[in-house]
Amino acid sequence: MLSSQATEKIDRELTKYPPDQKRSAVISALAIAQHENGHLSAEVMDAVAAYLGMPPIAVYEVATFYGMYDLEPVGAHKLCICTNLPCALRGSVEAAEHLKRKLGIDFNETTPDGKFTLKEGECFGACGDAPVVLHNNKAMLSFMSKERIDQLLAELSK
Amino acid sequence: MNTAHPPFSPDAFGPDAMIMKGIDGMNWRLKDYESRGGYAALRKILAERIPPDAIIAEVKKSALRGRGGAGFPTGLKWSFMPRSFPGQKYMVCNSDEGEPGTFKDRDILRYNPHSVIEGMIIGGYATGASVGYNYVHGEIWDIYEQFEGAIAEARAAGYLGPSILGSDFSFELHAFHGWGAYICGEETALLESLEGKRGQPRFKPPFPASYGLYGKPTTINNTETFAAVPWIVAHGGERFLELGRPNNGGTKIFSVSGNVERPGNYEVRLGTPFATLLEMAGGVTKGRRLKAVIPGGSSMPVLPADVMMKTDMDYDSIAKAGSMLGSGAVIVMDDSTCMVKALERLAYFYYEESCGQCTPCREGTGWLYRMVHRIETGRGRPEDLDALTSIADNIQGHTICALGDAAALPVKSFISHFRDEFLHHIEHKRCAVSVAGGYATNPGATLRAAA
Ligand SMILES: Cc1cc2nc3c(=O)[nH]c(=O)nc-3n(C[C@H](O)[C@H](O)[C@H](O)COP(=O)(O)O)c2cc1C
Ligand code: FES
Repeated sequence: MLSSQATEKIDRELTKYPPDQKRSAVISALAIAQHENGHLSAEVMDAVAAYLGMPPIAVYEVATFYGMYDLEPVGAHKLCICTNLPCALRGSVEAAEHLKRKLGIDFNETTPDGKFTLKEGECFGACGDAPVVLHNNKAMLSFMSKERIDQLLAELSK
Repeated sequence: MNTAHPPFSPDAFGPDAMIMKGIDGMNWRLKDYESRGGYAALRKILAERIPPDAIIAEVKKSALRGRGGAGFPTGLKWSFMPRSFPGQKYMVCNSDEGEPGTFKDRDILRYNPHSVIEGMIIGGYATGASVGYNYVHGEIWDIYEQFEGAIAEARAAGYLGPSILGSDFSFELHAFHGWGAYICGEETALLESLEGKRGQPRFKPPFPASYGLYGKPTTINNTETFAAVPWIVAHGGERFLELGRPNNGGTKIFSVSGNVERPGNYEVRLGTPFATLLEMAGGVTKGRRLKAVIPGGSSMPVLPADVMMKTDMDYDSIAKAGSMLGSGAVIVMDDSTCMVKALERLAYFYYEESCGQCTPCREGTGWLYRMVHRIETGRGRPEDLDALTSIADNIQGHTICALGDAAALPVKSFISHFRDEFLHHIEHKRCAVSVAGGYATNPGATLRAAA
């Protein structure tokens, strides 16, 4: 369930913590596993638990608490748009509506072709660049006007 | 000026910038930092063997107050670390920046990461901690990776690791990333998260200085707090203090967002008039009028335009005006903004982010959100406003951490300052705002189903 690349990355994280505190690496280990598998199935979480020597329930607790873990399958491109107040004051709600219309889905839905999942986000700490979209958890896209959203979707649909 | 696209002008953060002085977005590497005088403070400490207590005394003199939200005096916090504790002690940096409106730590980390690293090393030296962690907000992945790169540079140059610069002082630093939980910005939730657990705040006392990470003495400071430390050591606490006002030392980076022409980070001396800061951000959106400002991040009370225009940007002046400086996030709202809708969005945020540990917060934030949502969508009742205030009162002060207060304060302040707008929604089932094109109720359109 975890490739050798994944365990290598987790091993690197483990060097940061005291030997008896391997559990500290669980948040990054789950993120690594999610990126490899698309989402966190029970099997993947169990593999992380086994690797870190943690009870599976302790791993589930973490996976269900932090918002960026996907416990259900998501599209190839997960787009998360911040609609919190500072962004909303700069048109992020209109941008979100535009995304919904273009993709034909609502928040927390995936397009039938499995390409896109849309999520509503809370403040990313990037409010000066509103509207902001987070692509697959790792790429922050700034100033997402309707035109830029159209460009993005065209690029990702290729 | 907005600093999204480097390179930008080296005075982009303002003429009085101290932490962000000379920063153009490209010069974040170790050699750039050194050429700006970076790591000189650490070198001086180690070469002159300055005693830890003298550094804490200098930080106390500077009147540096925590930039993460609570404004607690940093030197005093450092002095709480037990001197004679025989085991491991830790230094933790809080870069979990998630307070709506705040985006300064991201700029510090991506454009001047070594100021934070040097600040943490000095903090470790002053408190006797030999290991540090920087907890980076999960949503800013590229900055987490970049920070790891900066740590590697510092290690290669001998600023991190065993026997720093040939001295008998050792300090290791690691980056840690969150994964989408606002509550982990609360310092004890952050520690739980660092330990690989759900981010549920701990009871205090004991405070982290006596029982912190892995149960060991720990100091937690905000990114910007650490970034100010090298300057204080290099130039002296007195000079830092003089940049600001008594009890409010130094400069502060304000993240200005919302209805302004040039949203962005502006570093000004504490005590600078709000009007000056607003002008730096290009003023209110053209053709509109200032209506309200949340001066310290979404958790702090909102203030009406006329009060704000008379207020100076420092901890004590903002407190006198009825709000708090908080994290320095200045959310500007013009006359196209509906106060009911603005509050509804904030109430939703706290409802969504409550960790669920304390009943008043877990249940109360849901009540607050549903009730404001009801008013916003034209289904409010006259008795709702008093009910809202009473629920907020029953959350505030009755929870383990301050998220409860953070949910309550906006509700109480929005209703007390803009009661008429709420009453208009209730009585007329329509929005009182007449200026088009802003964040105001669009009749007939529900953005989200009632929770
Ligand atoms: C709900 C909540 C969220 C918080 N978020 C942050 C944050 O993102 N960054 C931060 O530095 N402090 C945050 N704080 C404040 C921290 O608990 C703590 O006071 C701060 O990190 C101490 O550093 P300082 O003294 O340098 O400000 C938050 C507090 C609460 C109650
Ligand atoms: S409110 Fe959207 S990034 Fe901060």
